[in-house]
Amino acid sequence: MSDVVEARPGPADAGPGSTGQRPRRSLLRQLFLRPETGSLVGAVVIFVFFFALAGPFRRVDSFATITYEASVLGIMAVAVALLMIGGEFDLSAGVAVTTSAITAAELSYQLTLNVWVGVFAALAVSLGIGLLNGFLVVRTGLPSFLVTLGTFLMLQGVNLAVTRLITGTVSTQRISDMDGFGSLQAVFASEWDIGGVRFRTIILWWLLFVAVATWVLLRTRVGNWIFAVGGNQASARAVGVPVAKVKIGLYMGVGFAAWFVGMHLLFSLQTVQAGEGVGNEFQYIIAAVIGGCLLTGGYGSAVGAAIGAFIFGMTRQGIVYAGWNPDWYMTFLGAMLILATLTNLYVKKLAARR
Amino acid sequence: MRRYRPMRPRRAAAGAALAAVLALTTAACSSSGGREAEEERERAAAAGNAGPPQFTVAFVTHEAPGDTFWTIVRAGAEEAAARHNIELVYSNDPEGLRQANLVQNAVDSQVDGIAVTMNKPDAMTPSVQQAVQAGIPVVGVNSGMDAWEAAGAIMFYGQDEAIAGQAAGERLSEEGVGSVLCVLHEQGSVSLEARCDGAASTFTGTMEKLYVDGTNMPSVRSTIQAKLAEDPDIERVLTLGAPFAVTAVQSVADAGASAQVVTFDTNADLVAAIEAGDVLWAVDQQPYLQGYLAVTGLWLQITNGNDIGGGEAVLTGPSFITSENIAEVAEYAQRGTR
Repeated sequence: MSDVVEARPGPADAGPGSTGQRPRRSLLRQLFLRPETGSLVGAVVIFVFFFALAGPFRRVDSFATITYEASVLGIMAVAVALLMIGGEFDLSAGVAVTTSAITAAELSYQLTLNVWVGVFAALAVSLGIGLLNGFLVVRTGLPSFLVTLGTFLMLQGVNLAVTRLITGTVSTQRISDMDGFGSLQAVFASEWDIGGVRFRTIILWWLLFVAVATWVLLRTRVGNWIFAVGGNQASARAVGVPVAKVKIGLYMGVGFAAWFVGMHLLFSLQTVQAGEGVGNEFQYIIAAVIGGCLLTGGYGSAVGAAIGAFIFGMTRQGIVYAGWNPDWYMTFLGAMLILATLTNLYVKKLAARR
Repeated sequence: MRRYRPMRPRRAAAGAALAAVLALTTAACSSSGGREAEEERERAAAAGNAGPPQFTVAFVTHEAPGDTFWTIVRAGAEEAAARHNIELVYSNDPEGLRQANLVQNAVDSQVDGIAVTMNKPDAMTPSVQQAVQAGIPVVGVNSGMDAWEAAGAIMFYGQDEAIAGQAAGERLSEEGVGSVLCVLHEQGSVSLEARCDGAASTFTGTMEKLYVDGTNMPSVRSTIQAKLAEDPDIERVLTLGAPFAVTAVQSVADAGASAQVVTFDTNADLVAAIEAGDVLWAVDQQPYLQGYLAVTGLWLQITNGNDIGGGEAVLTGPSFITSENIAEVAEYAQRGTR
């Protein structure tokens, strides 16, 4: 697919294989050719649409709710977007969030540990799942779609089976009265009341992760590697990019995000239902794709994934603010996905034209 | 200059086909049932209300999209809303965090009242408290028997799943059966587990749990069939939702087993199955009542400061639908209200 070497967005500093002989593009044109442009236009259109139609949508606390909804999805979407730019999939990301939360809750409760210990054990487990996914993909050469579908099903079973085995029911015990819960809640799930509006700190975490991911992609060598690996694996290997390490690292990045979101769920809900998380993996992928990622890899952006997540939040809540039947939500989402993909393709074609 | 073109044969054929279709549709009207009868009923119901909406009530549930049970709850809520000039905003999400966000959404929208299911009490409690702090009256519906009061809700309409389960267990014991299969159509649902466990606690014989994938009916059918084929001693199949009872009847026939099907909850299909004798009985928690009472209770609270139940939960079940009382229920089930 990728004979277009300059699929790398951003300012025209030398990416891998760029010859530096491109004609100067106008600023507007450069802006238009960034992967997140399409999603930004979409987000503005959807925002205006609901702003005009739904009265409650115009209020500040509604905006806070939408941003919160977007942030929980968005932290995962950013990690998944990096992975997709690197040319791989992760279908196990949805249930991995639940796995992480169950691990922290059950370890702490069953062994009567300080919750901090359980949380770091859960981080190890999440990174381990990422490592396993990455290792299997790199080693077997199977499509990551299939490998992670396997781990997804396994984790789904493990979540239910282990929880039932330990607790006898399908949700974890409450750990809110244990040592360390309060401080962890402050880290992962604190809330502020600012002028009567519920503001949650996870939104700041989300923005931080988006900033870090963007910096990595556009300003570091690792970012170059990610684009190269996703764009054309064979060429990347030929010029000395450590392909296997990059891919495993990206999967571990998804693992880290799953841990973070899992901890947020645990410390804001206090108990975790073992069956949750199924189906969310597609939402992460959709958010990334709406934000400009291609399924073929080598193209996309972290900011785009954040905008994609925000579109999700606006749509889900906006339909309810407007008082419509939420049955339409999925229809709306599907239409948006197709529109976004077409836009991405169009922008990419323009970018490829000299 | 335009030339006159004769009608092409293809176009003539299309015209003829259209005419035929039109003729058929006019001749093919049914004199009973169907959409027209439904509209007739809606018109009759609409005669009972008066004027534009005065209040807005949000109804937030944990419905996984497309469950017949919630259709009946919604029918009750819509009916009460229509009668009391209330605009009803229904929303649902099976995941705890997102359902909590929908309650927050209702608070943002400054609705006049919120009805909410609390089947994930820990997840829902903070957002219900937020609503209460914002001065919005909240009532619990359907699930969350042990959580609504602590969260600050003022009323609760529903059924205690454990009590309903115990009632089913007692009835099974009275029938003198020795072996029952309890079919759970969702892994990870606290309320379904409570039903099975409640039934097991009062049942004198042995009860076995079977987990099936409720989102995939063909698989439900074959899983139950395989279990019945493997264990011919099973005398009753206890399902936890009406659609699954109807499927279980097919599984029993497929397996050539002698087991009979009993169930929790009802819908129109299930009522027909009880009439036909395919299903023995159903534990009914009267979902229509849950929707209707929740909205009506909120309306009384908003307009007259009333609360119903004296600080206790208002139980809408369990009641039993059997071959003895099926005749009257059948009529209502056709309407989608039982």
